[in-house]
Formats: sequence, structure tokens, C-alpha cells
Amino acid sequence: MHPMRKQRLQIVVMIIAASAVAAGLIIYKLGQNANFFYTPSQVLSGEAPEGTFIRAGGMVVEGSVRRDPNSLAVDFEVTDGSAILGVRYTGILPDLFAENEAAIAAGKVDQNRVLQASEVLAKHDEKYTPPEVAESMNAAYKAKQKRKADKL
Amino acid sequence: MNWNWFYRMGSPRWFYETTSRWLPWLGALTFILLVGGLVWGLAFAPQDAKQGNSFRIIYLHVPASFLALAGYFLMAAAGAIGLIWKMKLSYMVMKCAAPLGAVLTFLALFTGAVWGKPTWGSYWVWDARVTSMLILLFLYLGVLALQYAFNSKDVGNKASAILALVGTVNIPIIYKSVDWWFTLHQPATITFTQAPSMHPAMFQPLLVMILGFYCFYAVALILSVRVEILARERKTSWVRERVKQAAQNSLGATL
Repeated sequence: MHPMRKQRLQIVVMIIAASAVAAGLIIYKLGQNANFFYTPSQVLSGEAPEGTFIRAGGMVVEGSVRRDPNSLAVDFEVTDGSAILGVRYTGILPDLFAENEAAIAAGKVDQNRVLQASEVLAKHDEKYTPPEVAESMNAAYKAKQKRKADKL
Repeated sequence: MNWNWFYRMGSPRWFYETTSRWLPWLGALTFILLVGGLVWGLAFAPQDAKQGNSFRIIYLHVPASFLALAGYFLMAAAGAIGLIWKMKLSYMVMKCAAPLGAVLTFLALFTGAVWGKPTWGSYWVWDARVTSMLILLFLYLGVLALQYAFNSKDVGNKASAILALVGTVNIPIIYKSVDWWFTLHQPATITFTQAPSMHPAMFQPLLVMILGFYCFYAVALILSVRVEILARERKTSWVRERVKQAAQNSLGATL
């Protein structure tokens, strides 16, 4: 390769390397501050800032969703497996909101450690399945659980 | 090492004449893949168990996002070749890839917003994936703007090539953002290492659409580079000859 071009190639490589190092440092220092939401454990352990607007997310606990029959108010709990955070929200929930699915609630945590949410978002996973396949998979899963329970 | 093939590829005339032969085939292939993939995906693929029919926007959202990222690499590589070898054609490719990439990035963001409302419950969120994708749009617009920010074409080319190179770090950030941080956006369905977490009946039309978008990108980029070649090489004899011939042909057609 021509020495001139070799030199310019080195400059190009240096530009890429320098910007990669800069971006790497930014990402390293940004760390978990760039998260979109906190987990219930982070909120309850005090890791999340208190008395200010935050987002908290996790799986909606099965059987925890209680709707007020006279208003749009709804109570539910989200969990990350180790801690459970109560959420209170007044408004229309997204279509994909369901028990055992992930949801993210945004608002302030009150004195009773309940998140008073002004917005609730549903988080879906990266899996896509046709309804019939999902149904048969669910049936197979339930049959397996039942066999397990029968053995005990 | 013999670099002749490389220099021949950098000749605008060679590019123009070769792509003249490719374009009809590539165009037909693009048309078949896009129409076939769309009909297959929108009408025949099964709906999703949770999202119903709204998941079908994936057949535009994912291919557009793929090409927005891949197109950035192509633009940056063209910029690097331009910087190192001072190839005219390479800078033309970089210049034409910028608006194309910007449109694809916008399409990815727009379809994402349309998809986000019925599934997440919001058109827009500032999570790591959506925000880094917005930065990609600004990078494309920046490369485009720098092209016209200088009186000298050469300085404009160099400046946009350097910006394109610096911006490449954003591509892996976009790709890994859903793994590095908690985001509202779900992790990747299609990865290099694992089988796609999607039923084959839904994945096959998506694959066709991705291939179709790659072909569409190639056709759009080639067409746009050809216009750029004609504009920049208008004083050369081979372009004059072609224009004269085309004018005679169309004159003959009207008479």
C-alpha cells in the first residue's frame, strides 16, 4: 500500500478507536443511570430516589389486580422475584396489561410504600406465537404442572 | 498485492455501465420480494397470541431498522475509503447513503411509535433503545448537513466522512442497548447466536421482507449514485455522449 494511504488508514483507525474509547467511558460511567425503570427491590431498599417521580417495573403479580367498581382506579402489585411493590393507578390500562406480564408504572412512592402512578405501560417480550400454538403450549404446561402436583 | 480491480471499481463510468446491466434484475427481485413478503406477512401469517394483528407492523419495523443500521456501516465504510484512497465514487456513495439512511431510521421510529401505542400504551418513551435510535437519525442528518456546510466539496466530503466514522460507535450501542439497560423495548427476536424466538410461520415472511429491504436499499442507492455521477461528471465526454444519445432516442420516439 502507498505510504500516504497507509498513513491515512492509520488516522481513520485512530478516529474510530478514539470515539470508541470515549463512548465506552460514557457508557461505563452512565452505568445503570440510563435504565428506564427501577425494580421493586431497588425501590423498597431505598436505592431509587425517594419523593420524586420514578418508574418502577416488574411482573404483575397473579391475583393482585383489583379494580374499583365505581371508578377507573386500579390496584396491583409488581415483582422482580425478590420484592413486591404495590401500585395504585387511575386511568385506562394498555391492552397488553395482564397478570404475569411485565408492566412499568411511573409516579411517586407515597409514605405507605405504594407507587401512586400517573402512567402505566405494558412491556411485552420478544417472542411471537400464533394463538393455537400458544394455547397448546399452555395446555401442555398446565398438564405437566398437574402431573407434578399429583405426584406430591 | 494487485489493487487494479479495486481502482476499476472506483471509476464512476465503470459503476454506471455495470449497474445499467444489474438494475432491471435487481429491481424485479426487489418488487417480487417486497410484494410477496408484504402479502404473506400481512394477510397469511398467523396473528400473535398476545398482540393480535397489531404485531404485523413488525414486517416493516424490523427490516427498516435493520437497514438503518446496516446502511450506516456502509456509509461510514464509504467515507473511510474516500478518506484513504480519495476515491470520488466512494464519497458519492457516502453522500447518497445519508438521506436514504435517514428516511429508513425515520420509518423505524415512526412504525415503532405506531406499534408502541396499542402495545406499550405510549407513542414515545425515552428508553435507551428509542433514544439511541433517535441519535442515529441526527447522525444521518448531520452527515447530510455537513455535505452542504462548506464551499469546497472536498472539505465537505472529509468533514462528513469523519462524522460518519465517529458515529459508528452508536451502532453497537443501539444493538446492545436492550441488553445493557432496563428498557421498555423488548430484546432482539433475531440474533446471530440463537434460533429466532418467533414461530416459523411468522418468521419466514419477515425474512423475505428483510431480504426485500436489502434489495430495495441497493436499488435506491444505485439509482441515487447514478444521478450523482451524471451531475458530477457532466463535463466528461462519456456522459456528454450518453446524454446526446438519450436526447436523440427520445426525439426519435416523439417524431
